Amino acid sequence: MVVQTVADTTDSTPSAAGSVDLGPATALSCRECGHRVPLGPVFACEECFGPLEIAYDFSGHDTEELRRSIESGPANIWRYAPLLPVPADVATKPNINPGWTKLVKADNLARELGVTGGLYVKDDSGNPTHSFKDRVVAQAIEAARAFGFTTLSCSSTGNLAGAVGAAAARAGFRSCVFIPHDLEQGKVVMAAVYGGELVGIEGNYDDVNRFCSELIGDPAGEGWGFVNVNLRPYYAEGSKTLAYEICEQLGWRLPDQLVVPIASGSQLTKIDKGLRELIELGLVEDKPYKIFGAQAEGCSPVSTAFKAGHDVVRPQKPDTIAKSLAIGNPADGPYVLDIARRTGGVVEDVNDEQIVDAIKLLARTEGIFAETAGGVTVGVTRKLIEAGVLDPSLTTVVLNTGDGLKTLDAVAGTGLTATIRPSLDSFREAGLA
Amino acid sequence: MSVTVRIPTILRTYTGGKAEVSAEGTTLGEVIADLEKNHTGIAARVLDDQGKLRRFVNVYVNDDDVRFEQGLDTATPEGAGVSIIPAVAGG
Repeated sequence: MVVQTVADTTDSTPSAAGSVDLGPATALSCRECGHRVPLGPVFACEECFGPLEIAYDFSGHDTEELRRSIESGPANIWRYAPLLPVPADVATKPNINPGWTKLVKADNLARELGVTGGLYVKDDSGNPTHSFKDRVVAQAIEAARAFGFTTLSCSSTGNLAGAVGAAAARAGFRSCVFIPHDLEQGKVVMAAVYGGELVGIEGNYDDVNRFCSELIGDPAGEGWGFVNVNLRPYYAEGSKTLAYEICEQLGWRLPDQLVVPIASGSQLTKIDKGLRELIELGLVEDKPYKIFGAQAEGCSPVSTAFKAGHDVVRPQKPDTIAKSLAIGNPADGPYVLDIARRTGGVVEDVNDEQIVDAIKLLARTEGIFAETAGGVTVGVTRKLIEAGVLDPSLTTVVLNTGDGLKTLDAVAGTGLTATIRPSLDSFREAGLA
Repeated sequence: MSVTVRIPTILRTYTGGKAEVSAEGTTLGEVIADLEKNHTGIAARVLDDQGKLRRFVNVYVNDDDVRFEQGLDTATPEGAGVSIIPAVAGG
């Protein structure tokens, strides 16, 4: 067996690893084989290539004291700092401070869908750059600071590029991010406006991701912190805060059912991790919950594998309007399958027409304008209720992970009801009175 | 057939720190077997106990993900570039 030190396993480390202060984080542990290495900017297990995850020491927490500490914390994700890989004084550092977004009780949508047990939309369009990506980038910023990186980078389907650009600007990093060349204009502008370098790659997201994975092993990428590659173990933990917030906003209660979008699958796996941590810490009652995964039909490698009963995911070439979910080779796909099956959920998909219908349904009923990923979760929720798979008598939380203003093209057919002259006669003639 | 193999950082202890090495073989499976001859231990990192590609390894022959091709039976023409990349990136 070959055992390497962290310093040996990466050539992109600008500072020595192993002595960093990242709060309760103690080591990196392989999710596949359990191999442990010290904290550092590494992401794949040197034994089996499995994903490295943060191992924590949560011992010594008094449950009620922890609850009080969280409740009196800042109105952002740093209220959960004792449960995240960040230093205890994280709230005093320059960062983008996302989170504590609204959990909207969606009574109108519930009536439309026939849900009686309580339907909620966790609306992450309220984050600083209008998507959930601010949560994960905020974690990566702290890891980048701890490891001494000065340039931040990523492969992105759009939302992440904007989040990295904004957080880098606030925290004083250079940024250079990579996106597919044909993204929605809104996402390109939102990523470029922060002043970092934005590079379009001729290819789809999986091509961009491959490029970044190769760049990281090349001298050209030396000293760069790729938030979703060599900082991925830290970055991914940010999605746990969605689980924490949902439960706290429900009055420290687990929802019965969650509907979560799947791109790489990281968010869904970390929401599950967050829920289990809350149970283990005694902050919520230990009871069953079901996690349902949502994909677009035009990029549905995980739902296809789920329906076929497979435990591996065959990559696909994406072709969908839900570009933020268009990852054909999802890194955490196998874990999504495990979690859906373990919790009693399913993984389902909807087509582009159903996505647009669902965006309009959510907007019409709740005044929430979701990006296409939100159309996917609402569309899948509707489909699963109609199929009798999702139980309408149970408390259900649906995630909206981004703002519809970023994907205006998806609803481009929506527009003026009428064009009239500035006169009352014209108003009446148009049938608007 | 002689091909160039790009080695990810976590496997470079097997190649003396080299990011690229040459290997022989007409298929990906043969290329990995040849790599093993010259860099003992590397095959066990890339292949599982059944001799299949580990699920968190992506391998490309030129620009093609071998999972879209014939896996370990994918042809490796003379001068091809083979890239071995950890799959847990992105998202």
